[in-house]
Parts: sequence; structure tokens; C-alpha cells
Amino acid sequence: MAFEILEPGLATTVQDRGRFGYYNVGIPQGGAMDGLSAEMANALAGNTPAEAVLECTYMGPRFRTDRDTVIAVTGAPVDVKVNGGTRGQWSRLELAAGDEVAFGILQGGTRFYIGVRGGIDVPVVLGSRSTYGLGSIGGFDGRPLRAGDLVPVGDSAGPSGGREPLQEIDPGLRPRFEKEVTVRVMPGLYDHRLTARGMETLLNSIWTLTPVADRTGLRYSGPEVEWQPRQQPFGAGSDPSNIVDAGYAVGSIQIPGGKEPIVLHRDAVSGGGYAMVATVISADMDLLARSAPGTKTRFTPVGMEEALAARAEQRSLRARLWGAGA
Amino acid sequence: MADILSPLPGIFYRKPGPDKEPYVNEGDHVDVGQTVGVVEVMKQFSEVRSDVAGTIDRFHIEDSGTVNPGDVIVTVSEA
Repeated sequence: MAFEILEPGLATTVQDRGRFGYYNVGIPQGGAMDGLSAEMANALAGNTPAEAVLECTYMGPRFRTDRDTVIAVTGAPVDVKVNGGTRGQWSRLELAAGDEVAFGILQGGTRFYIGVRGGIDVPVVLGSRSTYGLGSIGGFDGRPLRAGDLVPVGDSAGPSGGREPLQEIDPGLRPRFEKEVTVRVMPGLYDHRLTARGMETLLNSIWTLTPVADRTGLRYSGPEVEWQPRQQPFGAGSDPSNIVDAGYAVGSIQIPGGKEPIVLHRDAVSGGGYAMVATVISADMDLLARSAPGTKTRFTPVGMEEALAARAEQRSLRARLWGAGA
Repeated sequence: MADILSPLPGIFYRKPGPDKEPYVNEGDHVDVGQTVGVVEVMKQFSEVRSDVAGTIDRFHIEDSGTVNPGDVIVTVSEA
């Protein structure tokens, strides 16, 4: 079966949990930006956490299904329309062959997810179905969807392994899409390049997310931060924020020129010549992905123990979603 | 009166290029589907089109202004 794309939306891509193991050769992990919302779409559609979903950014697609199926829409708040009638997010939606699905104007957040029974069945490339647009690999022909695409959907007899699919996501478990967020970071690896005052500016200011935000990274506006004076090392650029090229951690924060911090996200390059002054902890990467432009953001420092505890908490939340043993 | 809403967040432009004329001006007639401006986000320019025919009443967002999804960009008095 397939979804026929009638209108593609702004940047609708196929994503799964990501493409791991190739970062060392410059291929980013990719995968759904808001991983938890994507996983919830799979849980509702009767899949495993590994199936590919559609990630819709700001403006969703309009599509038609050619078979009866089950879908679920999770993530940023948006009206879901089936044949013109409004349906809910965060719950199972049964579609009949020929049904047309469309979306209203986003009411907050940035990305929503469409899970479908059987998953989006594009070829697996380097272990993942995720679209890496900059590299033109994975997903549907390595690119965002276009009008006229026939997006293959997997066998609806499906991989759920006999597990009873969820009917809806408990409201208490749903992610929130807020206009003010606090994001936990660990200082480093290049925090020594900022002055004490520069670090204080980073950690005590309120940063506003600009519209310059995509799968690669998110740019924030706010005050200027102060760098340590230095002698330009051989191989580094002339700006004080430049370093001799190094590997970039996923979630690392750069501040080119001392203005407008950029947080690297799932499709970012794996290395380059900007100092990474702090790194967003893995548990808060989804939170960044949910932020709409204009979101007031604070970066608060945590240590390794707290970061690992937050990661464990995320894991246990996901385990509850899938029930014991899933 | 019909409100034309921005479906996207980003920067709104009334002109197709910095040295070009605006797509439409207040008082101009627009047809259904006619472009009234573009919104730039994620390095893409998406055209904003009128879904009614009529006369441009007023722009609520200035050229190069910031918009959020659902913001009224322009009102059109329907013909």
C-alpha cells in the first residue's frame, strides 16, 4: 500500500530512530528530531519503536491512502483533518481506502509526526530509513516529499508482534510545547575558551530561538558572549570562536563570533572549527526539537551524574509506553 | 473582510526580490490564488496566496517582519 502525496508540506521527511555507527565518517545519526513524539506515533499505530514515520515541519502534507489502515498524529499541536472532518492527535485513527488526510495551521511547537501501521517502507540505507537531506541518502529518494510521490507503507500485518496497540497516549505522558523552556547543558569541551563572564552570559541569559532552525541546528539571539584572548593557533581561523578543527558532539553549542549561539541537532556535521562551549544533554534534545521560533530558552548547567539520570528517566518513560518487556 | 494567515513562522517579504516591486499594494485587486508575499524559513521561500478575490485592505505585517503560524498578514475586502 502507499500514501499518495497531494501537497508535500514545507519539509516532510521519512525518519526513524536514526542511523548510528557512521558519525566517524561524517554521516550524522539523523532520525526523528522529537524522538519521543515519533515513538508515541508508532505505539499508537501498532508498530515497534523502530518503524519509520513522517516528520512534518510547520506545515503538514495532504495525502490519500489507497488501503484501509491505522495512523496516529503526535507532536506539535495541529488540527488533523480526515476528509475535511477534524480528528484528534495522540490517538489511533482508522482510515478507509481513499481517505484524505490534511492538517490545519500549527498551534505551537515545530514538528508533528504521522505514524502508520506497518511503518513507512522505504529502503534501509546504512541501517536506517531516515532521510539525510544534506547527503541525499535514506528516506524517500534522499529528499523531502513532493506532490505526486507514492510513499510505500509496510505490510499492515505488521511487526507489532501481537502486542495490543495503544488507543491513546495518556495526557500526563504527552510532551508539552511551551514558549519558555529550560534546557540542561554540560559545559565543555571548549568552555575554557570563554571568559568567566562569557560563561555567565551563556548560562544566565534568556535566549530567543530565531527562525533559523532546522534539522541541522537551532540559532538563538541574545547578548554577546566574551571570549578569552588568545594567540591564533596554527590551523585555526582568526575569530576568537575558532579552534583547530575538532569533532562536534551532537547537541554541542557554538557561538560564532560570540553572537547568536547555535545548538547542533541530529543532522549536523560531525566536525569543524568552532569552539563547543557546552553540550545539551541527550535527554533534552527532543525539547529543543519542539521549540518554535520565539521560544525563550535558558541553558542551565548540570554534571554528568544528572545528565545520566535524566537519560535513564527518559528510557523508563519510553519503557512504560511499550509496556513491560517491549 | 477576509484574513490571509501565515501558515509558517519566519520572515515575511512583500517583494519577490530586494530591488523588485511589491507583489501587491493596499488598494490593489487580488484574485483567488494570487501571491501577496513570501515567508522565508529554513532557507525556503513559500508564497502566501489569497484564498479570496477582492481588494487589499491592509497589511498587518511590514516588509521583512517576523510572523508566526496563524498570524494575520493581510486583510482583503471581498469583491
